[in-house]
Amino acid sequence: MTLALILLSVLILGSAAVAIALRNLIHSALLFVGCWAGIAAFYLWAGAEFVAFAQVLIYVGAVSMVVLFAVLLTRQGNELEPVKDDSFNRFIRALIAGGSVAGVLLGAILGTPMDVNTASPAPTMTVRELGARLMGPHAAALLIVGVLLTVALLGAVVLAAVDRSDQPEDAP
Amino acid sequence: MSASTDSFLERAPIEARDWLVQLLPAPLQWFTHHLITIGAILAVFGLFFAFTTVAERKLLGRLQNRLGPNRSGLPKFSALPWHLKHKLFGLTQPFADAVKALTKEDIVPAAADKLLHFLAPVLVVAFSLLTFAVLPFGRNMVPVDLDAGLLYFFAAGSATELTIFMAGWASRNKYSLLAAMRALAQVISYELPLLLSVVPVVLVAGTLSTNEIVTAQGGWSFGILPHWNIFTPWGFIGFLLFLVAALAECNRSPFDLPEAESELIAGHLTEYSGFKYALFFMAEYFGLTALSGLGVTLFLGGWQAPCDFLPFIPSYVWFMGKLVMMIVFFIWVRGTLLRLRIDQLTRLAWQFIVPLALINLGNAAFWALTASWAGPLQLVRLGVSLALVVGPFILLGRRLNIGRGPRTYRYATS
Amino acid sequence: MLGSGIIKGLAVTAKNFVGSYFVPERMVTEQYPEDRPKLPENYRSFPLLVSETAEDPMGTLRCVACQICEKECPPQCIYIEKSKDKKPDATGKMQLYPVVFAIDTSVCMSCGLCAELCPFDSIKMDQVFEVAATNRFAGLLLNREQLAKSNAYYHSIRPVEAAEVDARLAADRQAAEAKAKAAAAAKAAAAAAKAAAPAAQPAPAPVAEAPKPPSPAA
Repeated sequence: MTLALILLSVLILGSAAVAIALRNLIHSALLFVGCWAGIAAFYLWAGAEFVAFAQVLIYVGAVSMVVLFAVLLTRQGNELEPVKDDSFNRFIRALIAGGSVAGVLLGAILGTPMDVNTASPAPTMTVRELGARLMGPHAAALLIVGVLLTVALLGAVVLAAVDRSDQPEDAP
Repeated sequence: MSASTDSFLERAPIEARDWLVQLLPAPLQWFTHHLITIGAILAVFGLFFAFTTVAERKLLGRLQNRLGPNRSGLPKFSALPWHLKHKLFGLTQPFADAVKALTKEDIVPAAADKLLHFLAPVLVVAFSLLTFAVLPFGRNMVPVDLDAGLLYFFAAGSATELTIFMAGWASRNKYSLLAAMRALAQVISYELPLLLSVVPVVLVAGTLSTNEIVTAQGGWSFGILPHWNIFTPWGFIGFLLFLVAALAECNRSPFDLPEAESELIAGHLTEYSGFKYALFFMAEYFGLTALSGLGVTLFLGGWQAPCDFLPFIPSYVWFMGKLVMMIVFFIWVRGTLLRLRIDQLTRLAWQFIVPLALINLGNAAFWALTASWAGPLQLVRLGVSLALVVGPFILLGRRLNIGRGPRTYRYATS
Repeated sequence: MLGSGIIKGLAVTAKNFVGSYFVPERMVTEQYPEDRPKLPENYRSFPLLVSETAEDPMGTLRCVACQICEKECPPQCIYIEKSKDKKPDATGKMQLYPVVFAIDTSVCMSCGLCAELCPFDSIKMDQVFEVAATNRFAGLLLNREQLAKSNAYYHSIRPVEAAEVDARLAADRQAAEAKAKAAAAAKAAAAAAKAAAPAAQPAPAPVAEAPKPPSPAA
């Protein structure tokens, strides 16, 4: 079991790392899909069957498509061009963005009471219970996530729909 | 219905597997158990795919008053002293096709993304095969009995979209990419109708497990009328919607616009040749078979026998029989209907199938809530459910046709 | 109602499917290598040379090596070499014959002009269509042995046209015979007249008979 976990983490972290390092956006996107599939496999390993399949259905099936369409619709210039290392601003911004995410994650991890030593019984959560939970106590969260996804989709449309009224019809 | 009362044929495949497994030492048993299942699925559905292609070509021929392929017999093996001269009705055609595809030159465009170009056909076959894991092929014969089996089916199915994109993008051909985008747009927009047509079944059966959905359809009224979902009003219309959405989802005629062979050069498969093309072809048929199998499972009672007195025929024979009927129907439709335009395709999805499927969801909810009604109330239940099917169908159908009367031709003489 | 057209269409194809097994007229497919196609009489592929008999095709060729076809052939695919000697043709006249008669079917465009022009009804258009060869130069260059086909074969592929040609040739032969007979009678009469007249020269009669023009066919 531990071996499977190690393999999975190597797959997830490795594909994520390579995705960041690559200059080819499509390759990065596909590697992210691999990363998501790895996370789904991790859920499966942890016994959360429903979440794993939902992860595959939504991330590998749908979100990957949104990402790829977004990449193809908004890409400008040559994707193989090396990044210019002249911008100090960029570095600062990356540090702020990455740092804040890392901070939130660290806070969440440190805030969780981790009791590794006591072996908890295997979680037995049926799909029916999960549905009841989602529709009952967590309905608000579900709705907010839905709205968030809709906003993201609208944002993608706004990004993609370039106003070409100032350009002549046959401009490239 | 316990395992001991089943006929010998019913138990034979499972007992053969168990016998083989127990021959091995204990650590290997779990592994071998699944390996045998995988091998059986690959063998059965590989052959099924091969003969589906030849059946499709022969049936299409007959539907158009042609003969179809009937020439390929057996090759002459020089080692054998005799030679079978009979043409075997052309049934060996798929093997000849396979040899041809294997020996063809594999052309990869110079500018192509070599790795993705190679990965796409491999992944598409892998993903389409994954969907077979949750189909109950017979009593006690579901490869993996998952609690969320239906969700798994659609999860594995939706991953094939990714491979369409990979194929189109990796070819480094603008027509391939455009065609891949068209194919994706079609597949994604029909994913919703497909799911919506399936949800009523889940709602009434109260489970996502394919095995339990089949079990829920067991039993007969008066010994001859099976309790399959297709014999309920919501199930019937749901099955029709499922058929349309499944056709669109596997890019089959009349929804084969992504690779319309008379207008495009195979769409996103333009840059594929030889065995890679054959793999895409194979995946398409696996997808069709899997979706047909899902249709059988959800609406046609899975492996259940249609009559009270027929269960002596093994359950897997019933499943395969229904599967073959579904495939034949798909071929029949392909030989009959014309290809839709892209605007007709999307209009059909958004203005007809999706609203009808949503109404059908309400219908199924009504059916599930009134399951306890008895006596004359059952007739009321049936009547209301029927009205909820027929009314929207006629109204939506009329709306779909508004302003699109019979076409008139100014210069043609009738 | 929506869908009624689909059901009608499905019924049509279902009728096709069932009918294809029970109504043979529905099936238009020819099982080619086993069932030979019935070609229309005017179908033409490449030229052939008509010989009177199948037993001795080279001896009974109608061709007299006049080379009209060679000169008229638009793509110039015919090559003829005349013989030095003469031998009797179909009508019994002494004629030249082709020593070499070759047609390059890779050049031939199947126009049929040669067959229309031939005054001896010797070159006609064949109906073979399985002309594949393993060598594109030697394999497609047909010599006179390969081109020669018997009159019976010509009858089998174009019965109407062949009957016309035969009738015409028979008429010509009869006319020639009648002419010969008349000439013989005239000669006999002249001989008789000569016999009546004692001082006569024996030489001129056969000389006058020899250069007879070839009987034009068309």
